[in-house]
Amino acid sequence: MHVGLEHYLVVSALLFCLGLLGVVLRRNLLVIYMSLELMLNASNLALVAFSRFNGHLNGQVMVFFIITVAAAEVSVGLALIVALYRKRQTAHVEDLTTMKL
Amino acid sequence: MQDLFFYLFAALTLLCGFLVVANPFNRNPVTSAMFLALTIVSMAGLFVLLHAFFLAAVQILVYAGAVMVLFLFVIMLLDLKEEQRRTANKFGIVSGIISVGAITVIFIKAIFESHATATDTTPVLEGATQPLGRMLFNDYLLPFEILSVLLLVAMVGVILLSKKDLR
Repeated sequence: MHVGLEHYLVVSALLFCLGLLGVVLRRNLLVIYMSLELMLNASNLALVAFSRFNGHLNGQVMVFFIITVAAAEVSVGLALIVALYRKRQTAHVEDLTTMKL
Repeated sequence: MQDLFFYLFAALTLLCGFLVVANPFNRNPVTSAMFLALTIVSMAGLFVLLHAFFLAAVQILVYAGAVMVLFLFVIMLLDLKEEQRRTANKFGIVSGIISVGAITVIFIKAIFESHATATDTTPVLEGATQPLGRMLFNDYLLPFEILSVLLLVAMVGVILLSKKDLR
């Protein structure tokens, strides 16, 4: 069977769900962050596939923007985690219950 | 030949993605980070198969280079011990798996229900650097400039956040 748009979309959907599973199941803040990166990457793959099979480059420009925003997001998020670790000595979400009702 | 490469890279991407979130042998965050780097590299292979050569290079440079180094720096800085096996909340795990499985089924079903109209595989545009740059600096000039301001804001925010006496 020839590889078409659906194949890439299925890979992208599965990867997105894997990332979601990591966000839901894991309890380590850093691993949750990596799962978020996985989800962003899955959306990038879908955009590139759409851009290729529709014959214009708008999707690729969007992926370029997403990569840049993700880099900024990672730097801010990791700085937050480091600041949190300095205060609480933990990177485990179940220990961070200050905002719990 | 291309199909073979697609299956190879897709399998590698999904396998390494699974090992990032749920490694049955090792729960060390460093292992997760390494498998994330491998996922990103194999995804760059998929980008090459989609003729997005510039994005494949950017993916490896920015993600596998810069972002992963940042992750590893922070992991080493925090000196995280191997995650102890805490008494996991069984109800949370089961409900999480069920809900994510349901979302997966919805995604896959939606993809196969919507017989995508654009299935001709004739390459209309090559994702070479030149047309991409032309597009970036003509049609997307304002978002590009806004993005540079966003990077500046992120940089200032990070410097402020990592100050020693954070109030």
